[in-house]
Amino acid sequence: MLTDVAMEQKLAPTQDQHMIKIQGQEVCVHYGEKQALFSVNLDVRENQVTALIGPSGCGKSTFLRCLNRMNDTIDSARVSGTITLDGENIYDKAIDVVELRARVGMVFQKPNPFPKSIYENVAYGPRIHGLAKKKADLDEIVETSLKKAAIWNEVKDRLHEAGTGLSGGQQQRLCIARAIAVSPEVILMDEPCSALDPIATARVEELIDELRQNYTIVIVTHSMQQAARVSQRTAMFHLGYLVEEGDTDKMFTNPDDKRTQDYITGRFG
Amino acid sequence: MTDLSLSEGKVAPRARRDIGLRRRYAAEARFRFYGIFAIALGIFFLLALLFTVFKGGYTAFWQTSINLPITFDAETIDPDNKRATDPGKLLTANYTVLARNALAEKLGIDVEDKANRADLKLVSGLISQGVRTQLRDIVVADPSVIGTTRNVWVLAAADVDSAHKGQIDLAVPEARRKVKDQQVEWMNKLSQEGMMAERFNSGLFTFGASSRPETSGMGVALIGSLYMMLIVLVLSLPIGVAASIYLEEFAPKNRMTDLIEVNINNLAAVPSIVFGLLGLAVFINFAGLPRSASLVGGLVLTLMTLPTIIIATRAALKAVPPSIRSAALGVGASRMQMVFHHVLPLAAPGILTGTIIGLAQALGETAPLLLIGMVAFVANYPATPMDPATALPVQIFMWANEAERAFVERTSGAIIILLLFLAAMNLAAIILRRRFERRW
Ligand SMILES: Nc1ncnc2c1ncn2[C@@H]1O[C@H](COP(=O)(O)OP(=O)(O)OP(=O)(O)O)[C@@H](O)[C@H]1O
Ligand SMILES: [Mg+2]
Repeated sequence: MLTDVAMEQKLAPTQDQHMIKIQGQEVCVHYGEKQALFSVNLDVRENQVTALIGPSGCGKSTFLRCLNRMNDTIDSARVSGTITLDGENIYDKAIDVVELRARVGMVFQKPNPFPKSIYENVAYGPRIHGLAKKKADLDEIVETSLKKAAIWNEVKDRLHEAGTGLSGGQQQRLCIARAIAVSPEVILMDEPCSALDPIATARVEELIDELRQNYTIVIVTHSMQQAARVSQRTAMFHLGYLVEEGDTDKMFTNPDDKRTQDYITGRFG
Repeated sequence: MTDLSLSEGKVAPRARRDIGLRRRYAAEARFRFYGIFAIALGIFFLLALLFTVFKGGYTAFWQTSINLPITFDAETIDPDNKRATDPGKLLTANYTVLARNALAEKLGIDVEDKANRADLKLVSGLISQGVRTQLRDIVVADPSVIGTTRNVWVLAAADVDSAHKGQIDLAVPEARRKVKDQQVEWMNKLSQEGMMAERFNSGLFTFGASSRPETSGMGVALIGSLYMMLIVLVLSLPIGVAASIYLEEFAPKNRMTDLIEVNINNLAAVPSIVFGLLGLAVFINFAGLPRSASLVGGLVLTLMTLPTIIIATRAALKAVPPSIRSAALGVGASRMQMVFHHVLPLAAPGILTGTIIGLAQALGETAPLLLIGMVAFVANYPATPMDPATALPVQIFMWANEAERAFVERTSGAIIILLLFLAAMNLAAIILRRRFERRW
């Protein structure tokens, strides 16, 4: 009997069983003189989907870009505070940004496949990181990535046609396949469905839910329904501040902060 | 149904607002007219230019020649019969007289008769002085022709050529004209017999500099220009592209790089003659490279072309969408990999076009070459880029300074050739652009 209870507890994981994957402490970001993020403290838990919500311009993308140091590519951006990935500070001198981005992949708001073949799009990452020794290994990676991204059936006969020739929704799933091809630990998604129709959106959402088994996911979204559907935890940003974070269920039913309440019910934003 | 809804939906017509439509359309019509007018003006001048150049120049591609049965008389070529021991004999022999004698015989003039000296001089005047080298080359190449008779097309003298092409006004009194009546009579006779004809002027492409129009060509200039284009391409493409990539993709954006950017743009606007002065000072006076060499010309033109290539390359790099860069960085490509795997291939058509336009500009450049002494009288082909040479536009410049009618026509002929080269390069730029252009 006792073991059964223990089993049941394991099957229904509670908050504490998910390790903290990424921990942001006192994260501030400035673009030149302008401060875009103010002392954000936010944890991302392993094998969960964390949704970042908030009105436009509140710093969601900025925070997301801190997590794989894409802000480094913006000349005016300065990041302070600490962000740790598995306990290591990713802004540490000892951390190589190329390696970090291989561990923390990203899917962008607008589908941005390389103007190359579908195969090349997915194979590029594994190839530069030397993940495949032989052509057969690479083929295998490409196939499994496309399958995981739920696009394999649509493209398996046209792997060598241009990735830019796919529809918007297919392109976005191709970009997801490209991101998972390098076997990252974390996948960052910045409004991945904003350019997609409801059907494609539904497919991507399903996909995110499946990917959660193996990856840690952080997703920025403007759709409250989407946040509610796919995420386990939600963080609400406003004007560069983290207003509130917590279990998605709680956030959407009983938020602590008035602003969250207003935003979720559509009173501003 | 439709009737019903129509009658139901009937409303009193609203008074139309005046939103200035008439004025807007008038402005648009006027603007269109200005545009068409500007284009028509441009096309008119282009056609006028092409017309004058082709009209004056197409005759340069034909050259009047005389077909003569030349007897390679051993007595004349080698009177002392020393050619077996002294090959130099063959180089110095009097070949001109062979051609003159052959022609005189055709015209029925006795060469031995002293009374015919004046006529013989006129006969000589029909034939180009270049016949000496032409016949000498035949004999030197194959000494066994000595003692035999061969039909050879020899060049007619420049004035005869002009007269044959109808460029000399025969109504002018004989004393004030270079071609005498007697010569005109002979020319007509030869033409009727088919011995004098206009043939394709291959010498225009092969001969070097010469004081006689009929034996001067653009051979040296073509080789000089070719050397220079190769040097410009080999130096300015890699340097220009590397500089642009660094500035665009790697350099921090600060005062220093802003300053460099402004200066590169200014450099593109510096008059080319200033680059000539720079080349003279640096490459010739300081580095001690030879004057008139295509190497120096190539280096100067490289300096001149670099800003063009850098500006074109940077524009091409800038045009690559940032999303492609983010995509590459997002999967963990290093900056270098991002540039070489993704950005550069997409920028390649723009870079190529810029390079070809830069090269075309360099090909047509004259002023800096004058300063480094490429405006020289060079008769022999330059074997290496260190040898004296000229360039196509400089050749045009030099011929344009000559007064003779045959040089005037050659000037236009050379312009045609230069224009053809430039058109071909621009065409190549367009084709490359089409071929490599990709959508994203
Ligand atoms: N590259 C940049 N340079 C300067 N300021 C920037 C830059 N990117 C973002 N910002 C500023 O930082 C603030 C936060 O921007 P961010 O893109 O993170 O907002 P967001 O929450 O993602 O908005 P949205 O929902 O519209 O995407 C904004 O005020 C924006 O103007
Ligand atoms: Mg955003």
